[in-house]
This record gives sequence, structure tokens and C-alpha cells, in this order.
Amino acid sequence: MEDEKHLENFQNYVDAEKKIEPKDWMPEAYRKTLIRQISQHAHSEVVGMLPEANWITRAPSLRRKVILLAKVQDEAGHGLYLYSAAETLGADRQMLVEQLLDGTAKYSSIFNYPTVTWADMGAIGWLVDGAAIMNQVMLTRTSYGPYARAMVRICKEESFHQRQGYEAITALAQGSPEQKEMAQDALNRWWWPSLMMFGPTDDNSPNSQQSMKWKIKRKSNDELRQEFVDRTVGQAEAIGLTIPDPDLKWNEETGHYEFGEINWDEFYNVIKGNGPCNRERLKARNEAHDNGEWVREAANAYAKKKKSKAA
Amino acid sequence: MTKEEALLEYCIRLGDDSLILGHRLSEWCGHGPILEEDIAMTNIALDLVGQSRTLLTYAGEVEGKGRGEDDLAYMRSEREFKNALLTEQPNGHFGDTMARQFYFSAYYYFFLQELVNSKDETLAAFAEKSLKEVTYHLRHSSEWVIRLGDGTEESHQKIQESLENLWRYTGELFMTDEVSDMLAKEGIGVDLTQVKQKWDERVKQVLEQATLTLPEGTWMAEGGRKGVHTEHLGYILSDLQYLQRSYPGLKW
Ligand SMILES: [Fe+2]
Ligand SMILES: [Fe+2]
Repeated sequence: MEDEKHLENFQNYVDAEKKIEPKDWMPEAYRKTLIRQISQHAHSEVVGMLPEANWITRAPSLRRKVILLAKVQDEAGHGLYLYSAAETLGADRQMLVEQLLDGTAKYSSIFNYPTVTWADMGAIGWLVDGAAIMNQVMLTRTSYGPYARAMVRICKEESFHQRQGYEAITALAQGSPEQKEMAQDALNRWWWPSLMMFGPTDDNSPNSQQSMKWKIKRKSNDELRQEFVDRTVGQAEAIGLTIPDPDLKWNEETGHYEFGEINWDEFYNVIKGNGPCNRERLKARNEAHDNGEWVREAANAYAKKKKSKAA
Repeated sequence: MTKEEALLEYCIRLGDDSLILGHRLSEWCGHGPILEEDIAMTNIALDLVGQSRTLLTYAGEVEGKGRGEDDLAYMRSEREFKNALLTEQPNGHFGDTMARQFYFSAYYYFFLQELVNSKDETLAAFAEKSLKEVTYHLRHSSEWVIRLGDGTEESHQKIQESLENLWRYTGELFMTDEVSDMLAKEGIGVDLTQVKQKWDERVKQVLEQATLTLPEGTWMAEGGRKGVHTEHLGYILSDLQYLQRSYPGLKW
């Protein structure tokens, strides 16, 4: 029963900074919002494996290869924790995966961009994991307990990824002229999509307010984006790379960087499925799923046989 | 052939086995039948590439010409790679990959069990560390051979076929020559006839449990240890070595 009293109690509980746990009463809309958000997050981890896995076999040294392998493996692990967190809300992992495969569920649009050179591995770790951390650090304090706890674990690994990515792109930026060019080119291509990762501007973000009220979110899209810009500009300068934004400038008064207009047409187009790799990513996930069907069936059949033998 | 020359060749063979099989497994990353298997296969790939780093680094030291792991991994050509042909076979479907892994891990597990007693301290320490990893690789692949063998009719047929197809590449793992004989005699290398016996028993036992039939072919392919490979290796190297070859001499 979602009467006023329940809702009020729930809000007071959240306002008192107490964590909601799986068995606690919660508004249906809270549950739905969380399932949507956590599963999108899980899908992003899983789809996000693809652009980076693209370079594992071609990594330029064995050291870089094992770092990249370990990173992509971590992302798969993040996907697993997050599917489990969604299941604590009564969602079914298989159903969530179906929604990804048939294109009804969303995942972070950044992974619809191609990884065209090795430098993209550095840029992704530095910028994409870097942007993800801004959001995820905030989510370690989200009101839903299992999500917050999953985030604590994930954040440790993400900040490791961010440092490794920055180290990789630093090596290029300080390398030969070709390597330096490769690094700058990667920054040019990944900068704006990274800013888009924080989502639409606050005045175009209809669900944000309710999420803030329920303390699912604690900072607005624009606040997080600003934090990211403020933090990243200096990192680019330190290694001699240039942020591809002629309007970027420091504002003494606000103590923040001002930056240029994001191409929101591109943002909405990629969400609609028209990004450079949307089709490839979904195709790869679907192929993996279809090719694995007989394997999953065999594992289930075997488990059943074992069970009936034991009984 | 001097003892040092034999040791160098030995390390290269072992290092190449791990590197090439690790490369193959890493091709699965992001495309596994379930997320848990993506994690497992990536994990095994990580172990194997890690093992190859130790071995190729040591090979470079034994050689004494200043070559490091990356020089050996990235700047040798097809005829200089000495991995067993089994390790370079394509991933195929998941059953093919698990059959390849099972054959190899069963061999490597018993091989390392012997190598821990090596008089060469580096190899003995390497074996000790790697044995823990390979114990898991063998358990993981054995469990899948059993699940697929005793799963559905389709999976039974598929894994049986995979095991048959790859069977001809198993003989080479136990092939002896001047290098392996010399090092076995010195107490540095492993007596492969013992490893073969244990491998035969284990394979038979797992296939029985999986309700599968032990392949019977006696003709065995070989060439990897002499650097004469199947057509697959060239493509692996063109992926693996692409950046180092395109931009020679750079640091990454
Ligand atoms: Fe992640
Ligand atoms: Fe990450």
C-alpha cells in the first residue's frame, strides 16, 4: 500500500541518511528507477568490454597486454556485481540481459565510439573511467544499500583504471612525434563524448529531481561534469596535450573552468542508435549470446542430471 | 649443443606455448557464452601471458645478448616461434577451446609437477608458482569437458568432435629431441615419458566421466618445436606484433 504515510516515512528515513535494504518497504517508482539505473550500469560495464577488448591481442608490450586484460576482466566483474545488485530488487538477470540484447535497454553511449588506435586505450582509462568515477564516487553514498556497497568495491578498481590509463597516455605523450600525435588525436576524439557521459544538462534532465530527492543521486549532471572538467584540464596540461575546446578558460571568480557548448544533436543521435558502433556492439553481444546458447543448455542439463542423481 | 643453448631453446618453447595459448584465449574476451566464462577465460589468459613473461625474460638472460621479453615476443618471426601446434589452433566454438585447454592443461600440470624439482632454480621457482595457476586451468577445463560431454546430445557430439579434431596435436607435447633429452639428463628439464603416462591416465579418466570416447588416432602432427607451424601462427603474429613492427624501437 503506497499511502501517504508510507511515502512520508520512507522520505524521512532517506532524509535521515539511512540506507534502504532489499526487504524494506520502498515506493514502486523508487524500485523501478533503481532497477533501470543499476541494470543500465551493468550493461555499460559489459558492452564497455568490447571497445577495449578490441586491442588486447594488439597491445604493444606484454606489460600493457596484461594490464589491459586485467582491466577488461575487472569490468566483467563489475557487470556481475551490478546484475546481482539489481536482483536484490526483484529483477531477473536473464530478463535484464534480454532487454540489452533486443535493444530496449540502454547502456552508456560512450561505448558506441570506435577504438581506432592504441592511444584510445590510454584515453579511455583516463577520460572514460575518470568520468565514470565522478558518478560512481557519488553513488557510494546512494540511498540503496546494496548499490552503495557495490560501488565502494567498484570505485577502488575504477580509480586504478584511471591511473593506468593516464600512465599509458603519458607514455605516448612523452614518446616519439608519432606517439604524441596518436595521444593528441585520441584526446580530440574522446573529450566531447566523455563530457556527454554525464547526461543532458540539468534543465533537460526530467528524472533527476526525483532521484535527488530520494538520494539516489546526490549531485546534478552539470555539477559532476564541471568537477570532471576542473580535474582533467590540469592533467592534460601536465603531459603537454591540448583539450580540443577553443572556449575553454579559467574563471577566477567562480574558481571553475568555463567550457564550450556540447553537441547535443550528436548526443541524442548516438542514444537513438546512430553512433558509429551501436550496431556492432549489439551484434557482438547478440552473437556471443546466441553462440553460447548450446553451452548454457548443456550446463543446465548437466546440473539437473547431477541433482536428480544426488536425490 | 651446449647446455646453455639447450636451456635457451627450452625456455623459448615453454614461453611460446604460454604466450600463444594466452593470446588465443584473450581473443574470447567479451564474447564468452556467459559473463562468468569471460572472467574465467580472461583469468587463464592472464596467467598464461604472465608465465610467458617470466620465461621469455629468463630466456633473454640465458642468451645474454640483451634481449628482453618484448624483443622475444614481438621481434621474432614465424620460423623462430617454438610453441606446440596445439596452442595456436583457432578458438572455434567454446567446446573446441575447452578441448584444446584440457589437453594442454593436463600436459602442463604434470609437466610442472616434475619441473618443480629442476636443478635450475629459476625454472623450479617458476614451476612452483605456475603449478597453482595450472591446477585451476586443468580443473576448469576438465569440468567443462565433463559438463559438455554429459550435458545435452548436441553438446556431447560437439565436444566429442572437438576432442577428435585436436587429438593429432597432442603427440607433439611429449616429443623428445636433443634439447629435452640433454636437459632431462642434467636434471634441469622434465622426463616427458612420465608426463605422458600421467596425461594418458588423466585424459582417459575425465573422458570416461564425461561419457565421451577416447580418440584412437595414432598419427600425430609435429613441427612447432622446430618452428614449422600451421598456417594460423602467421595471423597471430600479425596481430600480436603489429605495433612494434609498425613503429620499431619505441617505448610504449
Ligand atoms: Fe567498471
Ligand atoms: Fe573501469
